[in-house]
Amino acid sequence: MGSSNYEPTNKAVKWFEDRLPILGLIHGTLGAGYKTPRNLNYWWNFGSLAGFMLVVQIITGIILVMHYTPHVDMAFRAVEHIMRDVNYGWLMRYTHSNGASMFFVIVYVHILRGMYFGSYQSPREVLWFLGLVIYLLMMATGFMGYVLPWGQMSFWGATVITNLFGAFDFYDGMGESILHLLWGGFSVDNPTLQRFFSLHYLLPFVIVGVVILHIWALHLPGSNNPLGIDAKGPGDKIPFHPYYTAKDAFGLSFFIVIFAVFIFYLPNIMGHPDNYIEANPMVTPSHIVPEWYYLPFYTILKAVPDKLLGVIAMFGSILIFFVLPWLDGSKIRSAKFRPTTAFFFWLFLVNTIFLGYLGTKLPDEIMINMGGGIDALTLGRISSVFYFAYFLVIVPLVSRFETTRPVPTSIAQSVLDARKEG
Amino acid sequence: MTTNDQVEHDEEVTRRNFLYVASGVVGAVGVTSAAWPLVDQMNPSADVLALASVEVDMSTIPEGQTVKILWRGKPIFIRHRTAKEIARGVAEDNDPMKDPVMDKDRAQKPEWLVMIGVCTHLGCVPLDQRGDFGGWFCPCHGSHYDIAGRIRKGPAPRNLDLPKYVYLNDTTVKIG
Repeated sequence: MGSSNYEPTNKAVKWFEDRLPILGLIHGTLGAGYKTPRNLNYWWNFGSLAGFMLVVQIITGIILVMHYTPHVDMAFRAVEHIMRDVNYGWLMRYTHSNGASMFFVIVYVHILRGMYFGSYQSPREVLWFLGLVIYLLMMATGFMGYVLPWGQMSFWGATVITNLFGAFDFYDGMGESILHLLWGGFSVDNPTLQRFFSLHYLLPFVIVGVVILHIWALHLPGSNNPLGIDAKGPGDKIPFHPYYTAKDAFGLSFFIVIFAVFIFYLPNIMGHPDNYIEANPMVTPSHIVPEWYYLPFYTILKAVPDKLLGVIAMFGSILIFFVLPWLDGSKIRSAKFRPTTAFFFWLFLVNTIFLGYLGTKLPDEIMINMGGGIDALTLGRISSVFYFAYFLVIVPLVSRFETTRPVPTSIAQSVLDARKEG
Repeated sequence: MTTNDQVEHDEEVTRRNFLYVASGVVGAVGVTSAAWPLVDQMNPSADVLALASVEVDMSTIPEGQTVKILWRGKPIFIRHRTAKEIARGVAEDNDPMKDPVMDKDRAQKPEWLVMIGVCTHLGCVPLDQRGDFGGWFCPCHGSHYDIAGRIRKGPAPRNLDLPKYVYLNDTTVKIG
């Protein structure tokens, strides 16, 4: 990954390094050997935070598996056993379940950071793809993990989400065959639970593999920075260690405080009470909602009246991120110098949060009451149209025609200018 | 050997070309046949397939009531329809529908409606005697079904599916 001029002074370490140069690899990737732009702000903390959360999820997950039984007759009880009987089981489970939410918050900020500062632009497109692959794997992992407690939301969430794949019904019986293959039966049942368990254990390690590729791809061009200009001379860069290891550690300690507040004081705020009722295939809860991190896409699904087109729109709303590097035609990366782009970016963010909010509502719930009233479905349709218009109309046009602000010649120059002004 | 090289140079089919293609094809067939069990193990297993049928005595269901039974992990609705309900189903036969079908084709005997109680949208269980058409209403995404289980409003693409069933006597059916 990082090319390194690591020269160990200790003889034993040098002996080992000559035979397996792994310490040099770490030194060049996450140590002093990695030269980083000097102007990274706190939005650049979220990559290492995401890495931290991946480790937390894997450790707590492995521990939970030691006490869990993936069987429809025992899964629900096993979770209660973890909560009540296992020493610190409640802590492991609450850390794992809230950890999933934290992981998604961090990754969303990380993605939005990349969008705002143009980190997806050339030459970092493959880095961006790998990040999106990690995100898709996280979605699959999170979904299957939510099924394991075998509560009502687990069961019905699994039913609704797996049924999405039945929309690919291009010849008679095709949709049904896909579903039987996914379920291992005629409905979500024990075979489904067992395969989800197997995959939920596997996918995090696949994520680890893609994270390594993600870091590898990062270290060829190096980190982007808030100015979006390439770091050139040695005056533009500082070693990752100790500067950013210290900054990341400071951010991490702040994050852990917030994480702890959720684990110890609000452990169920992200969950749904119906999931403390054991799964029952005869009764659908009156209101099925996915976990919060899927809600914007769920609204897009509900906004389209046709089943297949709805599913395509939902998957499309995520896959469209893959073409963002080409939709954006700007020569300048950072939205700092692109005022119109910045404005629409914030509008996009607000709209996406609003889509998520609508995801919790029933389609015919009245949202705005003025005379006739506008229901959640209508608002969801308007918001969904804006979501796609942002990618397909606003970004391509604005990035090509907007008047940009002057870009500094180098990172060092911009720091010096700021000092003069200050 | 020299003659062989010359032949290859002229892009004619040689024994070596044949061996390349033949071993490639055999390899591809081998990989596919090895991969198939890895995929097919995900399909319903023999014990799941064995639970394929149930017998139901419907004589205990009073008129105007629906019972739910579990078949292949899915709920089956059996509704003992009243004369009024049957009349309504027949009267609405020509109303606009997404998946048009006559009321008489929905049940072997009009008073016993046997359906799979799974919404054809995304698989929730619709609620009995709710919605705008006097039949079923799916709470998940708002699909309305009428008294013959036909989709009338909302995102579901099809009428509630009908299982295969046969009458063993006047009031007993075997489903599956």
